[in-house]
Amino acid sequence: MSEPTETPATRLLAWLTDGDLRLLSVLTVSLFVLVWVLSFFSGIREPGRILSQIQGVAFIAVLYVMLALSLNLQWGYTGLLNLGVAGFMAIGVYTMALLSMPTSAAVPGLGLPLWIGIPGGVLVASLFGALVALPAIRLQADYLAIVTLAFSEIVRLVIRSQEAASFTIAGTRLGTGGTDSLALPTSPVKVLLYEDPSQPAAIAAASPTPLGDILFTAGEQIGASPAVMESLVYTVFLLVIAVAFFWLVSRIANSPFGRVLKAIREDELVASSLGKDTRLFKIKVFALGSGMMGLVSILWFLERGSVTPATFVPDLTFFVFVALILGGSGSNMGGVIGSLVFVVLLLESPRFIRRIIRESFDPPAPPETIFDALSGVDPLLGYFTSQESISALRFILLGIILVYLMQQRPDGLLGHRTEVASNVDLADRQQTEEES
Amino acid sequence: MTAQQSRTADADSETDAILSVQDLRKSFGGITAVDGVSFEIEPGSITGLIGPNGAGKSTTFNLISGAYTPDSGTIVFDGTDITGYRPDRVATRGLVRSFQIARELPEMSVLENVMLAPQHQLGETLYRSVLPGFRSGVETQERELRERAWETLEFFEIDHLATENAGNLSGGQRKLLEMARVLMTDPEMILLDEPLAGVNPTLEQKLIERLHELKADGYTFLFVEHDMDIVMNNCDPIIVMHQGQKLAEGAPETIKEDDRVLEAYLGGEVEQ
Amino acid sequence: MSTRTEQDLSQLLRQFLLPATLVVVAGLLVVDLFRRLVTGAVGTATLATFLWDGVVFGMAIGLAGIGLAMTYSILKFANFAHGDYITFGAFAGWMVTFVVAGLGDFSLDLLVLVSGELSVADIGINVLATPLAIVLGLVVAAAATAALALVVDRIVFKPMRDADGISLLIASVGVALALRHVLLLVFQGSSRTLTTDVASVSVSVGDGAVAFGAHEVTLVVLAAVLMIGTHALLQYTKLGTAMRAMADNEDLARVTGIPTERVVRTAWLLGGALTGAAGFLIALESGTMNTSFGWELLLVIFSAVILGGIGSVYGAIAGGLIIGVASRLSLIWLPSELILAGAFGVMIVALLVKPQGLLGGVKTV
Ligand SMILES: Nc1ncnc2c1ncn2[C@@H]1O[C@H](COP(=O)(O)OP(=O)(O)O)[C@@H](O)[C@H]1O
Ligand SMILES: [Mg+2]
Repeated sequence: MSEPTETPATRLLAWLTDGDLRLLSVLTVSLFVLVWVLSFFSGIREPGRILSQIQGVAFIAVLYVMLALSLNLQWGYTGLLNLGVAGFMAIGVYTMALLSMPTSAAVPGLGLPLWIGIPGGVLVASLFGALVALPAIRLQADYLAIVTLAFSEIVRLVIRSQEAASFTIAGTRLGTGGTDSLALPTSPVKVLLYEDPSQPAAIAAASPTPLGDILFTAGEQIGASPAVMESLVYTVFLLVIAVAFFWLVSRIANSPFGRVLKAIREDELVASSLGKDTRLFKIKVFALGSGMMGLVSILWFLERGSVTPATFVPDLTFFVFVALILGGSGSNMGGVIGSLVFVVLLLESPRFIRRIIRESFDPPAPPETIFDALSGVDPLLGYFTSQESISALRFILLGIILVYLMQQRPDGLLGHRTEVASNVDLADRQQTEEES
Repeated sequence: MTAQQSRTADADSETDAILSVQDLRKSFGGITAVDGVSFEIEPGSITGLIGPNGAGKSTTFNLISGAYTPDSGTIVFDGTDITGYRPDRVATRGLVRSFQIARELPEMSVLENVMLAPQHQLGETLYRSVLPGFRSGVETQERELRERAWETLEFFEIDHLATENAGNLSGGQRKLLEMARVLMTDPEMILLDEPLAGVNPTLEQKLIERLHELKADGYTFLFVEHDMDIVMNNCDPIIVMHQGQKLAEGAPETIKEDDRVLEAYLGGEVEQ
Repeated sequence: MSTRTEQDLSQLLRQFLLPATLVVVAGLLVVDLFRRLVTGAVGTATLATFLWDGVVFGMAIGLAGIGLAMTYSILKFANFAHGDYITFGAFAGWMVTFVVAGLGDFSLDLLVLVSGELSVADIGINVLATPLAIVLGLVVAAAATAALALVVDRIVFKPMRDADGISLLIASVGVALALRHVLLLVFQGSSRTLTTDVASVSVSVGDGAVAFGAHEVTLVVLAAVLMIGTHALLQYTKLGTAMRAMADNEDLARVTGIPTERVVRTAWLLGGALTGAAGFLIALESGTMNTSFGWELLLVIFSAVILGGIGSVYGAIAGGLIIGVASRLSLIWLPSELILAGAFGVMIVALLVKPQGLLGGVKTV
């Protein structure tokens, strides 16, 4: 075997061929090339607009990566079927809003700074996680699924009720805004980029910070607006936090703590017969995972600038499950890859495909009923490419994929993956022995 | 806490039994699986627990180990009333059981299965397993555990399967893994439910020798086994259960002669 | 010993404190209700109306819960697609009702889609004016849902007979998503009105009157008939005995391995038919429906079934009545928006107190 001389290129090659990382990078690149191609064919051709599309997809993808990692802790490693993901997310972001919205806002909060509001939201989501875990201690998995789903619906129903929309505690007026969209505090990224971040984007962009100025000028070169550049910075910021999530969850998985979690998933009676207080482990994992979900939703909607309770329907939870199961629950890299595939192929590409079809075939406006649609090819195309139909078709596909995965590939698309539950290399000793 | 200390701490204990079971009862729907069983186990003994299928031996184990809650009766281990304790509380007190039908953790490697067992691992605390400053201590302990785990696997002759998923093991290998795991917890007393079923004869002999070694080290065993030869030659005393009740108790010689025991087995395995 | 105290405490909490608190809370509510009645804050007629509404809702939920309990007891998994079976049944049945009632006067495609375009006043469907259309719709709703349950079982669940309950549960979530959105794709999302106003019998109570609407009475009577029929089927037929044995006796299930396909098919057939009928009747009573109403009822039905001890048919009926009456009575104290949240909360507390369900964990099918 001839040894090639070491150059940066060969080193990159070696890195790329290192199993998981290679898979991840190749997959990420291909998926985003696909987004680029799809944008191109749906008539989005200017670099700035394509960048905007790609960053939009990347933003959602990173969020789902984080959600899948949080859920992996509970469901993948510990086998706790938490169907309340959306509820914990809602608690996180609404608590943050109650704490940090200015007292002068239309729907006021306590006016505390974000560095209190964000940890506060995470903490309260965690506390509710621990609270919901209490029944989990004694319940079978299917009861837990129902309890967590019911919990998440309670949260949503309470947030959207008139009682919560606006209430007064000890003379302070607070509120969730009810069914309306609730304005959120200014995102911390805006503060980095604009001198006057509370102004609407168009006005704020006129007076950028030095950092903002550099980025906005760079954006101008490719025709990307300040708003796009701002979201891009936000996405990069999210990416850093996603890496931290990965680090955290992997570290837990590769530790004696993670070993107990896995044992609980496999056979709880065995774990407890070996002296592990499985209840404590379950509570901790539920609290931690739920807090992480709360954080994800805080970061998500801070960027959006507002939030509505309608976002937190159970479908959101099911999305996260599909993302995780797709890549293989119980594996962090599986969760990451599953989320990327889920977001790009299932969540985002339908709207591009719809645009492409409408661009190329120019079907008529959607007919009133499915019978009118059956009168010809064009009306049919019109019917099935309406916004509502595409959304429905996407859900149908998701349902079918879920069934397919459970029937044929319970370990996910990547097949079975093992991650060793220890922070030392378990095979290490064997190797040293063989050498001697 | 050693057995010695806790015994002296417990003033009203009449005997020096390590495990004392009083009038234990458990029924499932209509079936009374355990019907008023009482016995005491001497520390440092290998006590045999025998009886025909369905006699209630495994249920007794489940009651002692906390997997089931007894309908009535008391269980005192090492001077502490552990009746109704959760399984993990029983285990952390030093009373650990094996399962009759081996319960390996199928999606975990054999090594992970074994390394799960030791008690009070530093890395089982969430912050220690994550935070950089604490992690080195965890790693040191993991290396020690890894060494012990490999030794245990070597003893049970399943070290060649160490990185294999436990779900891929054969029935006999699973029983060995089960035993290995129990020993790794470093208990004071071990409840073994038919640990030798499906194990090959040479290894079986080796395991029995190990049992005696451990007994000499001060471990106590309560041992369910179907092979009468093994029980008669290795256990003393022997407790016989039948239809949820204790039928007889005594040295192997007396049990061999006991008519009720012979009758319970309908002249089956007891005759040689 | 501290572990001992902890153990005792949790025992105490679960077996005494929580139930005791519940009893006290219930007692206080009764006292408060009495106070309100005496002071006239709540009229007797209002109370009677709440009770009657509760019975109607409870019978609907109970009927809808039987199928869920049945498949749970036989196949040991919580079917999350059950709510969408309800919707499916309602749409299948109302298609037929619309066609039978409106054929000749309206175009077939609009009738088949139970379209909101049609003027309800012109078709004039209600149980007194078009009883035949209603009965035919009910029968078709039951038959079509039974068929759907069998087909889904054949495609989705049968290949997974040896899978664990959780895999089946997740697969059923997939079925739920797909089915709901197929209905949405075909029928579209808007709510449609189904019936015209119907006569009611007023019975004067105290300071006012309670109206017993014809559709409410239809629902209660038909639900009761179907429940009694189910009871007879389970109790007096060979297949019913087999089903009870299968659900009751875990040993038998273990010995015979997986439940026999015949019993499984019967459970889907019977459960599906009852579910479809429930969907049709719920839509009849409320007079409107859309493609997600069943899904939105799912958690309420789960609550009822869990209250009754999941897997028990009689428990499901009792649980339905409890949830129904309690949720309507709670209008006295709670704003209507929070009634559902309250019902789910009651379910969670109930599970904490008695994980086997309030009416005991005995599986009677
Ligand atoms: N979980 C259970 N549910 C119902 N019956 C049980 C259960 N466990 C054991 N039994 C019954 O209790 C009796 C005693 O069983 P067991 O303790 O396993 O006997 P042994 O181990 O002596 O063979 C048997 O009749 C058995 O069927
Ligand atoms: Mg046994």
